[in-house]
Amino acid sequence: MWRDAVLVAGKDLRVELRSRVTTNQVAPYALIVLLLFGFAFDQDQYILTHAGPGLFWVAVLLCSLLAIQRSFGLEAADGARDGLRMSGLDAAGIFLGKALAVAAQLAVLEAVLTGGIVVLFGARLGDPLLLGATCVLATVGLAAAGTVYGAMAAGLRVRETLLPLLLLPVVAPVLLGATQAWLAAAGLSSGGGWRWLTLLAAFAAIYVALGVLGFGTLLEEA
Amino acid sequence: MDPVIRLRSAVALAGRFPVLAGVDLDVWPSEIVLLQGANGAGKTSILRACAGLLRVVAGEAVVLGVDLAADPRPVRRRVGLLGHASALYDDLSVADNLAFAVRAAGGDRRRVAPALERLGLLGRLPSTPLAALSAGQRRRVALAVLVARDPELWLLDEPHAGLDAEHRDLLDALVLDATARGRTVVLASHERHRAHAIAGRIVEVSGGVAVAPADPTGDDRPGRGPSPVPAVEAGHVA
Amino acid sequence: MNYKSLSARPTSNRATVVVGGLTLVGLGVLLVLGLVVSPPDTVQGETVRLIYIHPASATMAYAGFGLCALGSLAYLWPRTRSLRWDRFAGASAEVGVAFCVTCIVSGSIWGRYSWGVWWTWDARLTLTALLLAVFLGYLALRRTGGDPVGRAKRCAVAALCCFLVVPVDHEATNWWVTLHQKDTLFRIGKAPLIHGWQLTTMLLSFVVFGLLFTWMLLHRLGIEALEDRIEEEGYVWAIAERRAEGVAQVPTTGPRRPLPGSGLAGGPAAPTMRAAMPPGEGR
Repeated sequence: MWRDAVLVAGKDLRVELRSRVTTNQVAPYALIVLLLFGFAFDQDQYILTHAGPGLFWVAVLLCSLLAIQRSFGLEAADGARDGLRMSGLDAAGIFLGKALAVAAQLAVLEAVLTGGIVVLFGARLGDPLLLGATCVLATVGLAAAGTVYGAMAAGLRVRETLLPLLLLPVVAPVLLGATQAWLAAAGLSSGGGWRWLTLLAAFAAIYVALGVLGFGTLLEEA
Repeated sequence: MDPVIRLRSAVALAGRFPVLAGVDLDVWPSEIVLLQGANGAGKTSILRACAGLLRVVAGEAVVLGVDLAADPRPVRRRVGLLGHASALYDDLSVADNLAFAVRAAGGDRRRVAPALERLGLLGRLPSTPLAALSAGQRRRVALAVLVARDPELWLLDEPHAGLDAEHRDLLDALVLDATARGRTVVLASHERHRAHAIAGRIVEVSGGVAVAPADPTGDDRPGRGPSPVPAVEAGHVA
Repeated sequence: MNYKSLSARPTSNRATVVVGGLTLVGLGVLLVLGLVVSPPDTVQGETVRLIYIHPASATMAYAGFGLCALGSLAYLWPRTRSLRWDRFAGASAEVGVAFCVTCIVSGSIWGRYSWGVWWTWDARLTLTALLLAVFLGYLALRRTGGDPVGRAKRCAVAALCCFLVVPVDHEATNWWVTLHQKDTLFRIGKAPLIHGWQLTTMLLSFVVFGLLFTWMLLHRLGIEALEDRIEEEGYVWAIAERRAEGVAQVPTTGPRRPLPGSGLAGGPAAPTMRAAMPPGEGR
């Protein structure tokens, strides 16, 4: 399973390295989303500073949609999905590989967006340990849930429009948990940040388990 | 001797449409069998069913000893399918594509170079991204994957399409070479003369059934019609 | 049996008539009890009467989503795999969504009079809206068509993901500080918070909504059972039509010969098929 996961993740990341879709298209898009938030709140520095974490995670969610679309767009082109099925790769391995590649790309995007909210919104960040732990758990959760739903929508003609409808409500707990944890880290909320990590960890664990168990079923149904 | 492919009244659905409406087909080891028929007759569907990609929902389907009706997955690694799509990644180079396909199928990376050489993919081509190739070159890369994987059963869907004369000859040579090594080949082709020249047997496909094992000599012996359609197991057809 | 007679068949049977009758009577009694007999609340006044709708519909929504998850689980479990379970899951989710909408609308009306707003950003409300959204997504996924088996598998996995929101939603009032009331009836180790006619009426509302739920579910399943029949007979037709395509010279505009009774395609048609398709002429 892990050998297959590494193989698939390597392939996806190599494709990204050659095509640079995430770095050249999704990352600028993320920054544009931040700029739009700035216009929407009329450059009100107080709101932007205090809502920074929430806006950051909304932007991450929007970017994760694009990353997932791209990840499964690759397999949709030229019968690559059949190629994966014919290869006899372990379905759980394919899931982990694709989720890993998405997670790696999301991590890069989160780094860019963090820079973005600091520079554009003047956001304070706070406890780096809490921020980092939140990012890791939220990214794993988003990548796992996204990969499950990406595969679910992949074979359908209406996948571009269906994926946001399916995915966004489901990843709402990540938005909630990660935002609360970041607010706590920045000292913007009274509650402790670490308890929200339990929610993020549970979400990630559930979707990784679901993906490992259910991906074969989803992959079979083109 | 067990047949490599044994289909009995095999039914397969695309959505709710029976693309295979009860196919009977036997293919024996080291055979080259040509599937012949009009567009939409079910040739591609037979190949995809044998590859374990299209579910057989009724009837019997055994390929390389694997019961496809139960679980088609074990057969896939042992079968090579050259379809209309080449299942390659546009952004990866030729060599990277080949390396991924071979390693994903559990093969050895060292088989990549000889396969590239055999298909004449040399010079700048191995490091060229697939998107920059012509349709014929793409086809050759897909063939190189097949050669590098060297599966027990080769399923070729219109393999001659898009290839120039030189590489059509090469393809025929590859097919004959494969059967000489004990591989079995089933191909669907509209290149009548070329395909007849290498095929040991021709099977006529029409209306989602293999009508009769036709004789390549044109001897019109009476074939038997398709067998009755078996009932579909509950839960397979809506 | 043909398509027309199938489509003209009602989905009612003895069970749906009995359940439907009971539901009607129950709704009548509930109306009288809820609007006339039970007293207005000392604090909440007349709006308290919404508790004869709101908690029961919330419960039925949970029940619908729960049955949907169970049906999906039964479908995914290899030994019980049958498209019947997939249909059961779909029907349950549909009915659940209907009750979820009722629940949100009635809650919103109550909120307008009690809190002064139609909507407020509260954990329970937001999560219930989220629950509705994920199941609307599930229903959208069900409508995508394609291979029924493939659709069933996709949807079964999706239903299990969707159902994860239900326990979180239900525990929301206990986990977070919310405006929403805590459970009134079922409190561990404590007596219910309401008494007399109010309690009776509220309990009756659960029974009546349960009957209504059952009635709707039975009809949905009946419709799907009919669709089943159409598909099953359609299969035989489809095979025959597919094989008839092989008899290439038959004009496609002409009426296709239906199959006699249960006798499936093949046999008698075979010689014709063979004659029409000599080798080398198949293209």
